[in-house]
Amino acid sequence: MPELPRIPLGDWVDSLVDWLTTNLTGFFEVISDMLAWSVGHLEDLLLLPPALVLTVLLALFAWWIRGRGFALFTLLAFALIESMNLWERSMSTLSLVLVASFIAVAIGLPVGIAAARNETVSTAVRPVLDFMQTMPAFVYLIPAIFFFGIGQVPGVVSTLVFSMPPAVRLTELGIRQVDEEVVEAGEAFGATPRQILTKVQIPLALPTIMAGVNQVIMLALSMVVIAGIVGAGGLGGAVFIAITRLNVGLGFEGGLAVVILAIFLDRVTSALSDRATLYEQTE
Amino acid sequence: MPQIELEHVYKIFGRHADEALELLQRGVARDEVQEKTGAVGAVIDASFGVEQGEIFVVMGLSGSGKSTVVRTINRLFEPTAGTVRIDGENITEMGSKDLRRLRAEKISMVFQHFALFPHRTVLENAAWGLEVQKVESDERLRRAEESLDLVGLSGWGDSYPGQLSGGMQQRVGLARALATNADILLMDEAFSALDPLIRREMQDQLVDLQENLRKTIVFITHDLNEAMRLGDRIAMMKDGQIVQIGTGEEILSDPANEYVASFVSDVDRARVLTAEAVMEEPIAVVLKREGPSAAMREMRQRQVSGLFILGPGRKLIGATLDDEVIAAVRRGDLSLDNITHTEIPAVAPDTPLAELFMPSAESALPLPVVKDGKLLGVIPRVTLLAALARAETAPTDMKEIQIPSEEPESEGSETEPEGQSQEDHDDRTEAEVPHA
Ligand SMILES: Nc1ncnc2c1ncn2[C@@H]1O[C@H](COP(=O)(O)OP(=O)(O)OP(=O)(O)O)[C@@H](O)[C@H]1O
Ligand SMILES: [Mg+2]
Repeated sequence: MPELPRIPLGDWVDSLVDWLTTNLTGFFEVISDMLAWSVGHLEDLLLLPPALVLTVLLALFAWWIRGRGFALFTLLAFALIESMNLWERSMSTLSLVLVASFIAVAIGLPVGIAAARNETVSTAVRPVLDFMQTMPAFVYLIPAIFFFGIGQVPGVVSTLVFSMPPAVRLTELGIRQVDEEVVEAGEAFGATPRQILTKVQIPLALPTIMAGVNQVIMLALSMVVIAGIVGAGGLGGAVFIAITRLNVGLGFEGGLAVVILAIFLDRVTSALSDRATLYEQTE
Repeated sequence: MPQIELEHVYKIFGRHADEALELLQRGVARDEVQEKTGAVGAVIDASFGVEQGEIFVVMGLSGSGKSTVVRTINRLFEPTAGTVRIDGENITEMGSKDLRRLRAEKISMVFQHFALFPHRTVLENAAWGLEVQKVESDERLRRAEESLDLVGLSGWGDSYPGQLSGGMQQRVGLARALATNADILLMDEAFSALDPLIRREMQDQLVDLQENLRKTIVFITHDLNEAMRLGDRIAMMKDGQIVQIGTGEEILSDPANEYVASFVSDVDRARVLTAEAVMEEPIAVVLKREGPSAAMREMRQRQVSGLFILGPGRKLIGATLDDEVIAAVRRGDLSLDNITHTEIPAVAPDTPLAELFMPSAESALPLPVVKDGKLLGVIPRVTLLAALARAETAPTDMKEIQIPSEEPESEGSETEPEGQSQEDHDDRTEAEVPHA
């Protein structure tokens, strides 16, 4: 059997990472500062009011967006977090998730729109998304640490990389799903591509886009434990410490707090996406 | 000059369009071209003109290229070759900005499945064309409101399309098209998705609207009854080509080929044939100045029991009956004045056959066909019945070449005269047709 020559793909990636770290330090520093700044400030903001005050505020918000049951859940669940002494870690995780999701959606939405309107973009983007979603997280956590150092920032970066694909995919899907005749109706009256996008396609794709946002947030949350390993702290950090000490109880508490955040964020975003479809329910 | 003018328009879908175009232009058959190049000739060498104020119907089977040809008129589809002119302006060369202006101001469109914006209210839907043109909000909503009034949807502005029935949704589609005040209306199977009764109502409404608005309408359908009912002229399409253009009458009486004939066999003749087509030479007439004795002689000679009385220029004045004429002769009357019945039923030449039965039943005399007061012809009842008998047997004669149609309602329209006798106000006479 003739042996295939070994393609040194790994070496190439290594040298690429080296090159990037040496040559683009300035660039990474700027990004790093911006991310640290936003996560830090959001965290400060969330920690500004006493835990129970914020809990009540969140419960009221829950009531407004969904109803009494959800409000009650929010009240009890967040009180539980506080009583487990995980409040600060939870708020840290929450801000990390929110910043990462926000950026993921902010990038994913236009990419998804571009992919929906252009076949070439769509074909080019798809394998990249597959890559982002299936590459084991540790593999890009490590270069993230090279670029951004230890701390919250590589956590945010790897979280947003991991959670972005559904934003792109579902935006593209949502826009492509809009009835072609309806788009034609827009065009037939002389609408510009931009008018059609903003007044027809995006509003009609909104339920699907919101489902994408929901998934982004869920994926982001699932990434926090891993981000904890690179020192992003928060609940991920708590879980990581618990694991290394084989402390099952602490690990469970941290995990439970993650689940509570997940349920809360999921219900909020799905309520938002229901609102986006309200007109359809009137049929 | 026609308002819409197509000259040798081709539309080819798929790759190798150039190659396919060349073959098609050389007269190679569409199937063969598709086999060779893989490209579909959806429209092949279409040329026609549509005059201002005309309803031009394009009809043909599914896949014959109707939608494609109409979409080249506002360039939703780019023609592969040929020119499309609107008001003399070649739109195939227009830049995208001018094209948008043309679409906004001159051409609007009504879609088969309504294509309303489900997330906008009925009023906002109707206002779409104006919103696109950046018409200021107050005026936009006012004009949208007006066009909703026009289609009979006053008061529905705040509803969402999803809350409306199919017929009402299509009225919104129509209102949206009318709101921009465009001269040209493209209607792609606009009524095909509606059930037969609503469909009839919409057709009538369109005819009514057209009376006042005088738009230039290109209307697509695969239902010949609808085509005959609406179209001033009809273009028949087959496999991408236009095989015949003519009035409904012309196509009915002189189908260009088998394909057209098979369409024609499907039509409800009673609706399409008009008084003019079946009327006969009026022979039992007397001139007003001739007097009673001349009238009596005329009746005896013709062996009839009634006469039409004509004034100068063959104007129809009235009619008279045998017993009255004899009485007048006995009395020694010198004029027909005393025995002239002026209130007799008469019909216009373009009255459909189906609408002749009521007036015909009202009088023992043949039915006079009158235009501008002039007697053009008469329709004896036997003629009417004979024409009807032909109309009834025609479709069954040719059953084996009935039109395949995916929509159940176009079959329904064949039997609809009986089924809707009570509901349909304007076609009361049709109820009597089948058993007359
Ligand atoms: N976007 C497209 N891409 C490729 N082929 C198309 C496209 N649109 C139409 N065609 C083909 O062109 C031909 C004519 O289609 P068209 O839609 O104009 O027919 P139609 O007469 O409107 O039929 P229907 O009554 O079903 O609406 C068909 O063979 C169809 O498959
Ligand atoms: Mg069609």
